Amino acid sequence: MAEQKKIKVVISKVGLDGHDRGAKVVSSLLKEAGMEVVYLGMYQMPEDIIRAAIDEDADVIGISYLSGEHLVFTPKIVGEMKKHGLDDVLFIAGGVIPPEDIPALKEMGVSEIFVAGSLTEPLVEYISSHVRKR
Amino acid sequence: MFLPRESIEQTVQKILAGDRRTAGRLITRLEDGDEWGKEVMKSLFPRTGRAMTLGLTGAGGSGKSSLLNHLIQRFRKMGKSVGVIAVDPSSPFSGGAFLGDRIRIQHHTKDDGVYIRSMASRGYLGGLARATTEVLRLMEAMGFDVVMVETLGAGQDEIDVIRLVQTCLLVITPGMGDEIQALKAGIMEIGDIFVLNKSDLDGATQALRSIEAILSLKAFKEGEWKPKVISTVATSGEGINDLVEGIMAHQDYLHNSDAMERAAFQRVEQELGLIFRDELERVIFKGLRGTGKKRRYIRSIIEGKSDPYTIVEEILGTFLKRE
Repeated sequence: MAEQKKIKVVISKVGLDGHDRGAKVVSSLLKEAGMEVVYLGMYQMPEDIIRAAIDEDADVIGISYLSGEHLVFTPKIVGEMKKHGLDDVLFIAGGVIPPEDIPALKEMGVSEIFVAGSLTEPLVEYISSHVRKR
Repeated sequence: MFLPRESIEQTVQKILAGDRRTAGRLITRLEDGDEWGKEVMKSLFPRTGRAMTLGLTGAGGSGKSSLLNHLIQRFRKMGKSVGVIAVDPSSPFSGGAFLGDRIRIQHHTKDDGVYIRSMASRGYLGGLARATTEVLRLMEAMGFDVVMVETLGAGQDEIDVIRLVQTCLLVITPGMGDEIQALKAGIMEIGDIFVLNKSDLDGATQALRSIEAILSLKAFKEGEWKPKVISTVATSGEGINDLVEGIMAHQDYLHNSDAMERAAFQRVEQELGLIFRDELERVIFKGLRGTGKKRRYIRSIIEGKSDPYTIVEEILGTFLKRE
């Protein structure tokens, strides 16, 4: 039987941010790139996202921020990841994020940020080359 | 490896204690067809086979995930822990998948008594993923009282789930074709319970009558289970009580007849066949790897010098002699 190893990604919105177009587009693009994407939808809280990442054995967590809540939720998500020992999971953020906030987000523990207008190729390339090996 | 590899015994203990992270990791290994995963399953196998197992199948968009969400809630109220395996299709082109079943199952994200795992089909036919049978065993070993398997959106012949679970729900909706569709072999034959979801839509009564009419044509033996037809509206929760009652009635029927034994027999028969095929293929392709023979075989078939039947006989002949 073919032994297939696939990159598994959990994509989610967080909090009350109801703009899900970007998250759906990115999910679809990653699917096209051969990844298995679990899409959680809107109104998720950090605990919900981390629970899904554990149960699904996600290699990557991708959060789409479009309502300016990135500085509020990011530390909570990183905190939950630490609490459950998800040190080897990539945390990627995207959406509308002011350039001046990017250093702070990276400081908090976001692996990489892809703001609105980013191209697919660098995103896929980043995930493929930074994802944990198995 | 990205983690120091635990011993099989350690992993088995963690699984039996219900450790979700270890379970999540092991499921990935099983999906990948990893040898180590198989070793763990050998130790877990004796701890399986005691859960109540349900299958949900039906066309994409018929409401399987939404019904599942209600069923989880009901089983939790009864004090039962619940495992869920939700299968969605992989792209035949990119190999990727969009797994969207968790969106409908949102009331239980903080409940330790519920474990949900999405699986991509990875090209496996029959409405399941190749490792679904193994993951079902794993969830039983973790001690879940009820394990539910949701197939990918089935068409007419994605019916493997019937041999895997005890009680199979076939979800249909109004407007899915006339009686002629229902007369065809395949999917209409696999429901222990027919769930007519979206029964608030036009044509629901007609659909209900059609299913009942078809079922009435079938001859049932004395004491044999006669499939129930239950109308639901998953968005409002209408009919869910009836559905739970129907499921419990079918479980009672299984427990009070030899049907449960037959279900267990069918399940193991299917698993045995599956593992056997997988292993045989693996061993043979491993033997051919690097020899260039596989390419030569394919070439000789294309060039008309041989045919697939002769080639397979030849390969099997060589292997059986060597073993």
